[in-house]
Amino acid sequence: MDIHEYQAKEILARFGVPVPRGGLAYSPEQAGYRARELGGNAWVVKAQIHSGGRGAAGGVKLCKTPEEVQAFASTLFGKQLVTKQTDANGKGVYRVWVEGASDIAQELYLGFVLDRKSERIMIVASAHGGMEIEDLADKDPDSLRRMIVDPAAGLSEFQARELAFQLGLRGGQVAQMVTTLRACYRAYRDLDAVMVEINPLVVTHSGDLVALDAKMSFDTNALFRQPQIAELRDRSQEDPRESTAGDHGLSYVGLDGDIGCIINGAGLAMATMDMIKLAGGEPANFLDIGGGASPERVVRAFRTVLADGNVSVILVNIFAGINRCDWVAQGVVQAYKEVGLTIPVVVRLAGTNVEEGKAIIDGSGLPLISADSLAEAAAAAVSARPLKAA
Amino acid sequence: MAILITETTRVIVQGMSGRIGSFHAADMIKYGTNVVGGVTPGKGGESVLDRPLFNTVREAVEQVGAEASLIFVPPPFAADAIMEAADAGIRTAVCVTDGIPSQDMMRVKRFLRRYPAERKMRVIGPNCAGIISPGKGFMGIMPPHIYMPGRIGIVGRSGTLGYEAAAQMKALGIGVSTSVGIGGDPINGSSFRDILELFEADPETDAVMMIGEIGGPQEAEAAAYARDHMQKPVVAYIAGLSAPKGRKMGHAGAIVSAFGESAQEKVDILTAAGITVAPNPSSMGETMAMVLAQRKAA
Repeated sequence: MDIHEYQAKEILARFGVPVPRGGLAYSPEQAGYRARELGGNAWVVKAQIHSGGRGAAGGVKLCKTPEEVQAFASTLFGKQLVTKQTDANGKGVYRVWVEGASDIAQELYLGFVLDRKSERIMIVASAHGGMEIEDLADKDPDSLRRMIVDPAAGLSEFQARELAFQLGLRGGQVAQMVTTLRACYRAYRDLDAVMVEINPLVVTHSGDLVALDAKMSFDTNALFRQPQIAELRDRSQEDPRESTAGDHGLSYVGLDGDIGCIINGAGLAMATMDMIKLAGGEPANFLDIGGGASPERVVRAFRTVLADGNVSVILVNIFAGINRCDWVAQGVVQAYKEVGLTIPVVVRLAGTNVEEGKAIIDGSGLPLISADSLAEAAAAAVSARPLKAA
Repeated sequence: MAILITETTRVIVQGMSGRIGSFHAADMIKYGTNVVGGVTPGKGGESVLDRPLFNTVREAVEQVGAEASLIFVPPPFAADAIMEAADAGIRTAVCVTDGIPSQDMMRVKRFLRRYPAERKMRVIGPNCAGIISPGKGFMGIMPPHIYMPGRIGIVGRSGTLGYEAAAQMKALGIGVSTSVGIGGDPINGSSFRDILELFEADPETDAVMMIGEIGGPQEAEAAAYARDHMQKPVVAYIAGLSAPKGRKMGHAGAIVSAFGESAQEKVDILTAAGITVAPNPSSMGETMAMVLAQRKAA
């Protein structure tokens, strides 16, 4: 689960990371007020959305007067900001962060991630921050420093110091870096984060470190014991189809194609998408109905898939273990009647109670297309698509 | 022999008195699995499915000689259940639970390191379908009838895709020695490589079907192991060729976040290591049949 920049800064500041002074605004007027409240003669106004690349997308601006702050903020509120990390719809701006401008002598990169190879927390750092980590890994891989933290000992001071020296920091900056690194590590560990990123971490002309931007992402499986983090969830930043599906026990990811998919199991769902692509079609979505799916959950899956206007055929592929083919078949028949389906539906059932399931499909009298194998199902779905005008 | 479970393995179920635990335990017993008891704290002395319940795993080990444990414990308590099994002397624990926090699994892995190799427990999963040695026994949630007894090992992250592979092979008359679901989480108890080692050493396994997916470094590690240390052929399939980068596809671990984690990159790494990769998920069985025929001819 992602949170906003200002929330990440508040959290990291509590653990001891130096951040610029700033204030949150829910309206342009409030943004101007925040600038006056903060004082100074230059402010950075930043759109708060769950995405990187905001600067290049016009979501961040350096302003010289409180009037300019307010004027720029008024262009942000309510806007769908499209960055290179969002889809074409972008993400809505409903909050704006105003902070005092920092002078910048150097920009560093600092990231904490779960390293799946060592199964430990890994620190990634570079003396050349400011660009995305992917670009950094691409254009300047030699600048990247990696360090694995032993969970039994935590991040030791000597380890943090070593990294600070490797990044070329000197004098008082080293102690500030040690504090920053250890604070990030503790925040990561104590709050069940899966990612902490400060980019850039700047060195000012007076030689101080400041976290100019911050990102945190959390383990959704651990939210049950992090209620204060769970409260930071912002549904306005989520794809409404994906979050509604999630509320009903469905795992859904919207894609660009026109073949709607209803499948059990993440692996089989990915494999079915691959098969559709190989058969010459494009999947409209990833959807895993989960285990023990009731007919009602199957109906919900149909509604979720059909909410995407591009869908012109639906492929149901179930290999039931913990599921039951007869329940799924009942769900398909029920969906057909309740939702008023007008597009073709291909159904492939296998596994637990498959004979009962097939009997329900065949005996329904509905124009459902049955398939016996994965390949057959994908081919049937591709050829069942209505011809499009060229 | 098979690996991990045979008809004599003494199995307990942690969480056997629960709805899901008792449902699957009944299935396992019906299939012939040697289920000797269950563990539910506070219900020691009672019985479920004519098997005794114990308060602790240690009691189950001492009183009925439990060797393997299937864990159906809710996510907040699952890591603790795994560690309890390890401390009591269980040899193999299979954890089906989906939704265990990553840091809990880090803790489990660290905890397991305190035991010397000869008494260190092997963990399969979490977030997996379980293990089955067809005709002998199983621990998990799979439909056992789709597996035909035979001499091919299956190891995969996804449960349903493992079923798909077993069914395709069965249709071609190819049976399975043991099928192992290692689970879809970012941190799991056993890796592809760990299971390949077991299959390589198993006299009843002739070849291995490995079913991977996007995300993580494990397929690449397995490829290097197969290239350098295996005599038996490995056939692979990698799911997620059409999955967009940076999106989580159902499994917590199925997300492309680093170089070498996309399906195409994994296919390239496996192919370079001499592993035959099935071109699509519908040809896993055929590809295995082809590799076996080549072996026979050679």
